[in-house]
Amino acid sequence: MTNPPLLEMRGIGKRFPGVIALDNVNLSVGRGEVLALCGENGAGKSTMMKILGGVYQPDDGQIFVDGQPVKINNVVDAMKLGIGFIHQELNVLDNLDVAANVFLGREPLVTPFKLINSKKIHADTEPFLKRLGLDISSRTRLDQLSLAQQQMVEIAKALSLNARIIIMDEPTSSLTLTETDRLLELIGELRKSGVTVIYISHRLGEVDHCADRVVVLRDGKNAGELAREKISHDNIVGMMVGREIKSFYVESKAQKTPGFLKVRNLTSSRYPSKQVSFDAAKGEILGFAGLVGAGRSEIAKAIVGLDRFAKGEITLGGESLATGRPREAIDRGIYLVPEDRRGEGLVTSMTVRENTTLPSLNLFASMFMISRTKETKVANEQIASLKVKTPGCETRVLNLSGGNQQKVVLGKWLSMDPKVMILDEPTRGIDVGAKAEIYRLMRDLAERGTVILMISSDMEEVLHVSDRVAVMHEGKITGVLDRADCTEENIMQMAVGRTVSAAKPAVGI
Amino acid sequence: MKKEIGIASLLFVLCAVTSVLNHQFLSATNLTNLANSIGLYGIFGLGLGVVIITGGIDLSVGSVFAFAGVLLAMMLTEWHWPWPLAALAAIAIPTVLGWANGLLVTRLKIQPFVVTLCGLMIYRGLARYIADDGTKGVGASENFETLKFLAAGRLFNVIPMPFVMLVFISIIMWFVLHRSTYGRYLFAVGRNEEATRFSGINTRWVVTSSYVVCGILTGISGILIAFYTTSIGPANHGNAYELYGVAAAVLGGCSLRGGEGSVIGIIIGTALFQVLQNVVNLLGIDSALNFTFMGTVLLIGVVVDQLLNNRAAKKTARA
Repeated sequence: MTNPPLLEMRGIGKRFPGVIALDNVNLSVGRGEVLALCGENGAGKSTMMKILGGVYQPDDGQIFVDGQPVKINNVVDAMKLGIGFIHQELNVLDNLDVAANVFLGREPLVTPFKLINSKKIHADTEPFLKRLGLDISSRTRLDQLSLAQQQMVEIAKALSLNARIIIMDEPTSSLTLTETDRLLELIGELRKSGVTVIYISHRLGEVDHCADRVVVLRDGKNAGELAREKISHDNIVGMMVGREIKSFYVESKAQKTPGFLKVRNLTSSRYPSKQVSFDAAKGEILGFAGLVGAGRSEIAKAIVGLDRFAKGEITLGGESLATGRPREAIDRGIYLVPEDRRGEGLVTSMTVRENTTLPSLNLFASMFMISRTKETKVANEQIASLKVKTPGCETRVLNLSGGNQQKVVLGKWLSMDPKVMILDEPTRGIDVGAKAEIYRLMRDLAERGTVILMISSDMEEVLHVSDRVAVMHEGKITGVLDRADCTEENIMQMAVGRTVSAAKPAVGI
Repeated sequence: MKKEIGIASLLFVLCAVTSVLNHQFLSATNLTNLANSIGLYGIFGLGLGVVIITGGIDLSVGSVFAFAGVLLAMMLTEWHWPWPLAALAAIAIPTVLGWANGLLVTRLKIQPFVVTLCGLMIYRGLARYIADDGTKGVGASENFETLKFLAAGRLFNVIPMPFVMLVFISIIMWFVLHRSTYGRYLFAVGRNEEATRFSGINTRWVVTSSYVVCGILTGISGILIAFYTTSIGPANHGNAYELYGVAAAVLGGCSLRGGEGSVIGIIIGTALFQVLQNVVNLLGIDSALNFTFMGTVLLIGVVVDQLLNNRAAKKTARA
């Protein structure tokens, strides 16, 4: 009889309203093994790990630790089973010192007043720091540390909880190269000391480097797994894609004017050393694909002037546009539908009418006094043409559904005759019906001569609506694919930083 | 509008009950005095309201009264400036100080509470230093009839001038806040600065300007208060007035989180607090309890408002 694996997740299913996030997914991992979990955006990797970490409850399936069935109802249960979770967004209190973070909620106390035993908490922290090769004092405040060091503190915390399994969700996404090397080295050391690591990463080079085994998910299902000797870039990408995508793409009839929008050497404050250049034609939908964090939203904000520290040249129809001036971009007809609808797209406590007219309010006013009649007329026109489901234009936006809120964001720009429309994840969290309407609208706009830049992490959407696709990787454009070469395989290869033969330069079409 | 009706009825009930308990309440003298103080407090209350709508606060108002008031008295009685010039300066000083507050808030991203708390201490100290800690008077001289009339005179021998000015300023502010593009931007910035910036609006300018508006209105009411009290003791003049203003604005429906409030609400809030003070006097309650009454009414106001909100939230959650 063989020993049961350290951890086994069997037939895991998880449904969210409108989506099946996980469907009968199996995963097992042994002691001291480094398992890489790969897949596209939305394949279900993070959901799977959140179930293991007690953040979500599965709808189906069972979890076994040491062969025993367990229930993980919350994060504390996970900790008790020896499962530590290092989230992509670190959960540290940067106003407290290292020791306080490591022992938060478990502080050693001294009688009689149950005060924190300061000597002991620091003495207990030091060995963990040493084990991780972290050359800092346990009395350092976290805001004095680099992100990599803060991450190490989180790992120290997991170790102090006797974690046998440490989950790392894209741990290297904000680390420098040397920091990444150090982390990969550390993962090797953890493995030697018998700790199991489950590692989610988009960076296949790292996976290649450190994983004992790769499990690939696709659309919430197991897509396959690779043993150590089989791990290669091509094998992983082959498993990540490999699905049939029905294309609804309709050949655009628009008259295209190539090079209408030219972006040259544009840098954002997030990636100050990575220059982005591309051309987009009047009348086309240029898709921007890439993995989350590839710098697509940053470029969008830089184009519309919302990044004060952006540098570069932008010309529209031959006339140049200053960077860092949102008003100027808007006056020239360059609009952004941001990813964060509620935070950046709308003032949700205001009405549909007030949101619709906010960027163009001066057009509705004479002598600074707003004409509500004019406002109501335009708001109602947009409600009608976009089929916004709302009791009326005086309804507060927060009372509308996600899809209708997005239509209000679109409506405020459509009423102002867009020349360039940048849509950042235009259909995230929107139901299928409204999605189709938004796609049709984008196509209509393009046919009427608007440049559409569509940032999307939804592969289906990218293939579905784009005339061409620019693929970004870590702040740079890897290349642009013509319609005929737009395959999931090509896009994924480029999204992980590889070049493919079909890729064309982004400039000069 | 619901909120305004709510506190308006509270005001009405308070007036009705008081007039039954003490007939003095409805006497002409009492009513004109009441209108007078509502006017004095309402004008700077509106200024504070504008700042609060953007999500900020101005704690320096009371100290600015002392600082500008002392300077005004000296300009008129010691340096013998012509009164229009002195009045202009007394408005210009708070305006510039407001602008400085606004710049510190928007450019250096210092919290409004901290910026204006510093102002509260700095200007109070300066007022005392300039005046050598002595009381300055503006009433003695005969030459400032216009200013005296504005601060303590009666229109048609009936309506106190500060009240007339409040009505006048309120009408302007109503259009500014509720009908102009600028007003719309104030509310938008207060509720979601990011989304407003994404709509191409210069949010830093909007926020800075709110402190300037507050400065102008503080300057105007500063002159009126100086001429109403006629003597300005730099250590006490205007002490805690900013808190009366904040309390009135909050009771009148402004949210300290920004994005909410109305001119009518602020005026009714101001009136409610002035009536309350009047009631304490008329009913022979120990005036030491003044603040306690105001605090209690404010607390009841916000508690009721919160309970109603919770109930509405539950209703929508169920629907």
